[in-house]
Amino acid sequence: MTRLRAALAGISLIFFIMPMSATAASTGVTTFELENGMQVVVVEDHRAPVVQHMVWYRAGSADETSGASGVAHFLEHLLFKATDTLAEGELSATVSANGGRDNAFTSFDYTAYFQRVAADRLEIMMRMEADRMRNIRLTETNIETERKVIIEERNQRTENNPRALLSEQMRAVQYHNHRYGVPIIGWMHEMETLDMEDVLGFYETYYHPNNAILVVSGDVEPNEVRRLATRYYGVIPENTDLPKRQRSAEPPQTAERRVLLRDVRVAQPYVSRSYLATERNSGDQHMAAALTLLADLLGGGTTSYLTEKLQFDSQKAVYTGAFYGGVSLDSTTFSLVMVPSADVSLQDAEDAMDATLAQFLIDGVDEDRLARIKYQLRASDIYGRDNVDGIANRYGRALASGLTIEDVQSWPEVLQAVTADEIMAAARKVLVRNASVTGWLMRNEEVTQ
Amino acid sequence: MSRILAALMLVLIATLPVRAEIKIEEVVSPGGITAWLVTEPSIPFVALELRFRGGASLDVPGKRGAINLMTGLLEEGSGDLDSRGFARALESLAASFQYDVGDDALSVSSRFLSENRDAAVALLRASLIEPTFEQQALDRVRAQVLASLRSDAKDPDTIARAAFDAMAYGDHPYATQYDGTIESVTALTRDDMIAAHKAVFAKDRLFVGVVGDISAKELGPLLDELLGALPDTGAPQPGSAQIMIKGGMTVVPFDTPQSVAIFGQRGISQDDPDFFAARILNQILGAGGFESRLMTEVREKRGLTYGVYSFLVPQDYAATYQGQVASSNDRIAEAVSVIRDEWTRAANEGVTQAELDAAKTYVTGAYPLRFDGNGPIARIMVGMQMLGLPIDYIATRNDKVEAVTLADVRRVAAELLDPAGLHFVVVGQPVGLETTVAN
Repeated sequence: MTRLRAALAGISLIFFIMPMSATAASTGVTTFELENGMQVVVVEDHRAPVVQHMVWYRAGSADETSGASGVAHFLEHLLFKATDTLAEGELSATVSANGGRDNAFTSFDYTAYFQRVAADRLEIMMRMEADRMRNIRLTETNIETERKVIIEERNQRTENNPRALLSEQMRAVQYHNHRYGVPIIGWMHEMETLDMEDVLGFYETYYHPNNAILVVSGDVEPNEVRRLATRYYGVIPENTDLPKRQRSAEPPQTAERRVLLRDVRVAQPYVSRSYLATERNSGDQHMAAALTLLADLLGGGTTSYLTEKLQFDSQKAVYTGAFYGGVSLDSTTFSLVMVPSADVSLQDAEDAMDATLAQFLIDGVDEDRLARIKYQLRASDIYGRDNVDGIANRYGRALASGLTIEDVQSWPEVLQAVTADEIMAAARKVLVRNASVTGWLMRNEEVTQ
Repeated sequence: MSRILAALMLVLIATLPVRAEIKIEEVVSPGGITAWLVTEPSIPFVALELRFRGGASLDVPGKRGAINLMTGLLEEGSGDLDSRGFARALESLAASFQYDVGDDALSVSSRFLSENRDAAVALLRASLIEPTFEQQALDRVRAQVLASLRSDAKDPDTIARAAFDAMAYGDHPYATQYDGTIESVTALTRDDMIAAHKAVFAKDRLFVGVVGDISAKELGPLLDELLGALPDTGAPQPGSAQIMIKGGMTVVPFDTPQSVAIFGQRGISQDDPDFFAARILNQILGAGGFESRLMTEVREKRGLTYGVYSFLVPQDYAATYQGQVASSNDRIAEAVSVIRDEWTRAANEGVTQAELDAAKTYVTGAYPLRFDGNGPIARIMVGMQMLGLPIDYIATRNDKVEAVTLADVRRVAAELLDPAGLHFVVVGQPVGLETTVAN
């Protein structure tokens, strides 16, 4: 990656709350459920003696209680401390001593833990992961010290980065009533007050086998995974009081919003727009599939509509992009970004972007390009087989976000079946200013019009 | 560490059997181009990795950023295709070509389907051999580079990197950023692109790795078709850098809540007989995940940062040993102090037998886990060739790690780690830190 692409990718990364790519190779995938309700997915690839072991909890930052933002992510950090049988740091040290790597991540809808090790070390990973599902033992010192770490993490990811600050502010006003408006890492003033009670409350509510998905990929046999999973996870009782994932819903959005962020650290201003959009719903993924293709048609590289009109023809932009993350339990966003050319103001850039969108609604879909996109999606199933961990991640993310195995496996066909008319209908439905937020990232001296 | 773990680890060390079994073939094309090949027919595509030694360090004085900009233009028109024609052709093949440049190499990572291999190779060839460098494309991509350079000027990480490199590498190309400056990039012309292309693309600096659905017999003619038209020689390599790092502290004032630091000293080159001892030392000091000494002391015990790392940087023309950390402006001084203490402790005391054993099991156990896809294996093979390693190196590499003794690591720690020669560049408003005059 050249530096130029890296920097512009840095801008586009801000818009990828979740990766867009979404194709599932169903070959070599085995699924079953343990008696206590824990779901299991096995993705086989016997070419290298490697296994990835992941546990996904259907609990993310949007499941937090009001006032405790960041607790899902804080707990994720604290799961690397002691349990009844593991000393502090022992889990990671054991993974390392086996040549492996481990980590974890938290999103709005899930928290996931993974290790990547030699295939014959799977049992050790399962024993430790099962242990910390129910048996963490935290001290007040753990809370105090790790809270400083997550505050430094917020400093690094957000406070030091005006692009991230704008994105956070835009989400906060995109959602009137849903927890997706609260940052995953938490608001600083609430992170500073997170305590043992907050952490253990979240843990006791959500960390149970019937709220978890085990995803194992690599050089493994499904029967062996079943035997080990039954032994380590199968013995943990289910929580019959698991709360339903019922979040406060969005009311109709009837007014467009604008966010202007001025910061002395901004060198390259840009315009960003997000619209509230339908997510992939179980058994009904057609709208999401149309939006996935719409994002590609509008802003997916050199041949896309926005790039063509704004970077090649009018040359008002140095970069444009469109982003849609369909894997989400509740309503997601469809986003656009335009980085204006040196002599173009943000107002001119925004006007040009809106005029181009309006023209797109008249011009419609370029059928040749749609055919090429669909061919690339079919090819990505072939390339995807070279990366089973990627396939495993897609299952984990989907199953933790309200989708089923069948949804994941039918997704490639759903994408292939989308027509140009459906894409245009989706565009008209989603690109509605009343459900949108427009953000300007501005140099401190920039004057608004 | 608990007793349970200690017992567990003994068993594991005794039974660690994993060794990558990768069968590499050397293929020499009829036209004389050498490639390393792993035939892996189970998925109908090929990953092909090319690397041209020298990369952006072949920029001539006054033209900094030319090779980076040229690299960005390879996919912006070639043969009779313009930017959009090229992009459409690439989409129609569902192939992927990535052009990347760094201090030591220009690399091309490609993958293409078996069903349209010939057409994909022809398109890739056009981008490498016949780029048009059309003026409109040049101006458009230049504007993107300038946008990126303007952002860099206010990005604390990039400011720290630029300040460190300027301090460390004297008048070598490594001392400046390879994407150039606003001034140098603004002045670049189409002729500069043609010269940059001629400097980089030549057979005398080419390394090739191929993995996937292709046999040795098929690969030979493909290599000639793709690369046969390259000239034999390109621009001379830059030669070694003189490393100028002296102990101390450089503070670059910048208004942001968290200070960002890069620190470093002289390093060790990859062909040094002590490199694996240094690799293990660094694993213990700062490369590990959560259990390195730096991570334990700076993050786990004190909560001063989200991440602190150290890394050996054995580049082709300079070897340094660097690290990075970020902490709030009011806590960065403590982080720096703890890092200095750990540097000194490791230099004076070396490491323990338990640390050495754990680092060895990690370094040897992690090695086979890298060979986990066609693209990664192709990249590893190219890296091996650039280092001049033998084709059977993979099978012997872990033995070299196992051969490192506690005495080796202690000796190398004392020789390599230079607490007095460690220099910190801190960007932010750090409380209690000031620029020192080099000693």
